[in-house]
Amino acid sequence: MSVAAKQDLSTARAWAAASAVVDPEVPCVTIADLGILRSVELQGDTAIAHVTPTYSGCPAVLAIELAVEAALLEAGFNPRVERVLSPPWTTDWITEEGQSKLKAYGIAPPVKASGSKRALFDDTVIACPRCESHNTQKVSEFGSTACKAQYRCCDCSEPFDYFKCI
Amino acid sequence: MTNNQSYGGADHIEALLALADDHLILGHRLSEWCGHAPMLEEDLSLPNMALDLLGQARNLFAHVANLENCGKSEDDLAYLRSDREYKNCLMVERPNGDFAHTMLRQLYFAAFMQPYWQAMEDSTDDTLRALAGKAEKEMSYHIRHAGEWVVRLGDGTEESAHRMVNAVVALHPYTDELFEISAPLQNCIEHGLLPDPTPIRAPWQAMIEDIFSQAYLTIPDVPFPQEGGRHGRHTEDFGHLLSELQYMQRAYPGMAW
Ligand SMILES: [Zn+2]
Repeated sequence: MSVAAKQDLSTARAWAAASAVVDPEVPCVTIADLGILRSVELQGDTAIAHVTPTYSGCPAVLAIELAVEAALLEAGFNPRVERVLSPPWTTDWITEEGQSKLKAYGIAPPVKASGSKRALFDDTVIACPRCESHNTQKVSEFGSTACKAQYRCCDCSEPFDYFKCI
Repeated sequence: MTNNQSYGGADHIEALLALADDHLILGHRLSEWCGHAPMLEEDLSLPNMALDLLGQARNLFAHVANLENCGKSEDDLAYLRSDREYKNCLMVERPNGDFAHTMLRQLYFAAFMQPYWQAMEDSTDDTLRALAGKAEKEMSYHIRHAGEWVVRLGDGTEESAHRMVNAVVALHPYTDELFEISAPLQNCIEHGLLPDPTPIRAPWQAMIEDIFSQAYLTIPDVPFPQEGGRHGRHTEDFGHLLSELQYMQRAYPGMAW
């Protein structure tokens, strides 16, 4: 095997290790699903993972960074995690797989592209992740974690979380 | 590079600290609501908003601490300065009062910061530009949430409307200071490091008027605007706030989680 091919293989292995780390607050999705893990590059035997936080004050950032370091270490790399703030994370970076995992977990995935200008009192219709009904109500703009809002379904009566757009 | 007026200079540090202090102190005030909000949903909302503000403050303190002339750590800056060294505007240190006061203060602040962060996306300071993109979006949630409450309370019961009017009378005199241009900020504006708040004033006023019209509130005349925070002159309540904010680092110097 050529040196370049070995390098590619190692990079892929480092990516696989880091990308398997799950979000401690939303454990149904990995940090790759969420788009938080931007890239992993190798410099010698050091694997550098680039991570972008979801919210300015996201309390899970440190836990995620430590978990990435641990995963890379276990895979035999000398780990380094770099926090990348620009461009800022947006819910548009959640992969399609991530979106369906969220839904299966009972969290309605973000519905509209972020960055669209939201007017005050603008309400988007969110489908219930359990019964697909569009007859839902926003309970609160803020939920159990920074990234979620609280909704309720008026048909199946279940409360649910909505992964809000940002 | 070590020129007083350019990147990393004393004025840059001073102006960034004023901005960081606004976020730290308002975040601390909001966190005081944790466990005391009028309903469960708000008990989640208020600490969530506090977390946004504390995250923004922390990013700003970390940025200042990384500037070569600073010589202090992020924790020193947040927890170990004396009252006169904090340069936050007075509005953010005002006691929470009732829910109407807290929501109105949040609306006033967020309606200013959202466009101000947006303007920072053109800063010549790379770190600030990176932070601004995220913070601007977070603040638009605060505007929406606080704005909805101001309307709901102003257009609510006799009691809630009365409380909302009281909040406006008490807090409006503190809004002028949001637009104050201190000497360090002036230098930063000239160097493109921080935006000029002046162009934000008219749209800010228009947004507040729009929300007030839905809430049956009017903007009061303010003969004597309150100011002094940007020069380190604070209200009596600030000392009490700091004694709580700084307690752990004062009692257990250098402690970490
Ligand atoms: Zn349903």
